[in-house]
Amino acid sequence: MEKTLNSSSKDSVNLKPRKKRWLMSPASDKAFQKLTYSLAIFLFLLVTALVGSMIYNSKLSILKFGFGFVFSTTWDPVKEVFGALPFVYGTLVSSLIALLIAVPISLGVAIFLTEQCPYKLRPVVLTLVELLAAIPSVAYGLWGIFVLVPFMRNHVNPILEKVLGFLPLFKGPSYGIGLLTAGMILAVMIIPIITAISVSSLNAVPPTQREAALALGATRWEATQVVLLNARSGILGGVILGLGRALGETMAVTMVIGNRPEIATSLLAPAYTMASVIANEFTEATYDLYLHALIEIGILLFIITFIVQAIAQLFIRQITKGTKSHA
Amino acid sequence: MRKLIDKIVFSICSISTAIVLAILFIIIVYILLNGIFSINLAFFTSLPKPVGEEGGGMANAIVGSAIMVFIASLISIPISIGAAIYLAEFGKGYLATSVRFLVDVLAGVPSIVIGIFIYTLVVLPMKRFSAIAGALALAMIMIPTIVRATEEAIRLVPQTLREAGLALGAPYWRVTLEIVLVSARKAIISGVLLSIARIAGETAPLLFTALGNRFFVTVLDRPMSSLPVQIYSYAVSPYEDWHRQAWAATFLLVMFILVVNMSVRLFTRAKD
Repeated sequence: MEKTLNSSSKDSVNLKPRKKRWLMSPASDKAFQKLTYSLAIFLFLLVTALVGSMIYNSKLSILKFGFGFVFSTTWDPVKEVFGALPFVYGTLVSSLIALLIAVPISLGVAIFLTEQCPYKLRPVVLTLVELLAAIPSVAYGLWGIFVLVPFMRNHVNPILEKVLGFLPLFKGPSYGIGLLTAGMILAVMIIPIITAISVSSLNAVPPTQREAALALGATRWEATQVVLLNARSGILGGVILGLGRALGETMAVTMVIGNRPEIATSLLAPAYTMASVIANEFTEATYDLYLHALIEIGILLFIITFIVQAIAQLFIRQITKGTKSHA
Repeated sequence: MRKLIDKIVFSICSISTAIVLAILFIIIVYILLNGIFSINLAFFTSLPKPVGEEGGGMANAIVGSAIMVFIASLISIPISIGAAIYLAEFGKGYLATSVRFLVDVLAGVPSIVIGIFIYTLVVLPMKRFSAIAGALALAMIMIPTIVRATEEAIRLVPQTLREAGLALGAPYWRVTLEIVLVSARKAIISGVLLSIARIAGETAPLLFTALGNRFFVTVLDRPMSSLPVQIYSYAVSPYEDWHRQAWAATFLLVMFILVVNMSVRLFTRAKD
C-alpha cells in the first residue's frame, strides 16, 4: 500500500503543472465518474440491442407463423414450414431428466459436505466437484460420443428395456444416442452448480438451529432436516439455476441427442433441442425465412432461460439477504 | 429405528459424493489416456489435411484460439472493470440496480444466443464470417463474470483505505485506480483468469461467427479456426484419424483449463 501511495505522489510531481492541476481537480473526478457511468450504460444498451437485433432479424418468421410457431410440430426446411415444438419438447424433457438425476445427487453431496465430511477435506472435495463445471461442453460431448453412448447402447438401455420395457418411455430400438443420454450428460454438467449453491445456503443457516434440534434429542438426520428446511429457498434457487444452464447447453447435447426433429414417447429415441438445431442448421440456412426461423428459436430459448434465471435470482437473493440480517 | 434411518441417509450422501468424484475421475482419465496416446508433434506444427487423408494437425486452430481469446480479453477487461467500478463506487439507485440485473441476465444467456446476436450484429453487415466476430462473442461471454468478480472485490476494500488516500489530497479517481483496484487486484485477476479459461473452451458462440478455417489465418476479417470448433467438427466426423485428433485437442484444452483453474484456486487460498 505504502508503495503505491509513494509512486502515485512521484507521478504527480513529474507531471506538468497545468496538467497536474486538472488531474487533481474535481473536474477530473467528474470525468472519471462519467466514463465509468458510460461503460455501465453501454452494458445496458448491449443487452437491449441483443433483444432488439434478434427480434428484427427474425421478423419474417414471426410475421409468417405468429404464435403457431411454438405449437407446430413440423420442421421442414424444404417445404418452408417451420414449427418449434419438437425442439421445445426436447429441450424441456432433456433438462427435466437432468434435474431428476442431478438434484438428489447434488443434495447428497451438499449434505455430505456440510454435515459429514472432515473439516479439512471440505474445500478439497468442493473444489473437485466444481472442476466438473470447468470442463468445456465440447469435451463432455466428445466423451459422450465415444464413451457414454456405447455404454448406454450396450449396457444400460437393454436393462432398462427388460425391466421397464412395459412403459412407453422405454420402448423401441435404442441407438445409445437420445433424450436419456443427453439428460445424463446434462446432469453431470449441472451437479456442480446445484451443489455449490446448496452448500452455501446450508452453511448460511445459523448453527443454533442445528444445535437446538440436537439438544431436543433429534438424531443428526433429523437435525439436518431442520437445516434443510431453513435453507430451502437457496437450494431451490440453485436447482432453478441448474435448470437454466441445462436448457441453454448446446454442444454436449448436440453431440449425443441424435438430432431428429420428432416428438417420440420413448426416452431412448433420438430427439432435438432448441440449442442444437441452431448449432446444426444455422450455417446451412440457405434462405432468409429459414434463418429467421432459427433466430426465432433463439429468441424462444432466450425468453425461457431469462424467466428461469430471474426466478432463480429471486430465491438466491433471499438467502443472501437472510444471512446478512443474521450476521 | 431412527438411528438406522440416520445411518442410511448419511451413507446415501457419502455414496453420491463418491459417485460424483468417480465421474470426474473417469472423464479426466479418459481424456488423459486418449489424449496422451493421440498427441504428437505434427498435431502442434501442421495444418489439417483434406478430408480422408491421414495425419495433419491443428496448428491453425491453436493459434486461432489464442488470437481470439486474446482479443476478447482486450475488449472485455477494460469495459467490465470500468462498469464494475461504477457499480461498486458510484452505483446507487435505479440505474445501478438495473445494470446489475442485466449483467445477471447476460450471465444466464446461453452462449449460442450470444452467437446469434453477434451474427446479426457483425456477420450480417460484414457479409462474412470473421475472427473479430468470434472474439466479440467471446468478449460478451467474459463481461458478466469479470463485472461480478470485480464489483465484489472492490466492495471488500475497506473504506478507511479510500479515506486515507483522499486525506492525502488525491482525487477520487486516482484513489479508485491506484488504491482500490490495486488492493483488490488478486480477486480481479483470478476472476479474469477464470473467465479466460471458460471462453477458451466455448464452442457454440464460435460456430457461426468465426466459423472455422482449414488454413492458417492471422487476419481478423477472415474466418478463423479454433480448438473447440475443430474438436466438434472432428468428433462428429466419420474418420478414425480425426477422432484421434479430437481427443488430442480436447486433452490440450482441458489441461489448459484445469491448470488455470487449479492455480487460481491454490493462489487465492494460499494468500488468504
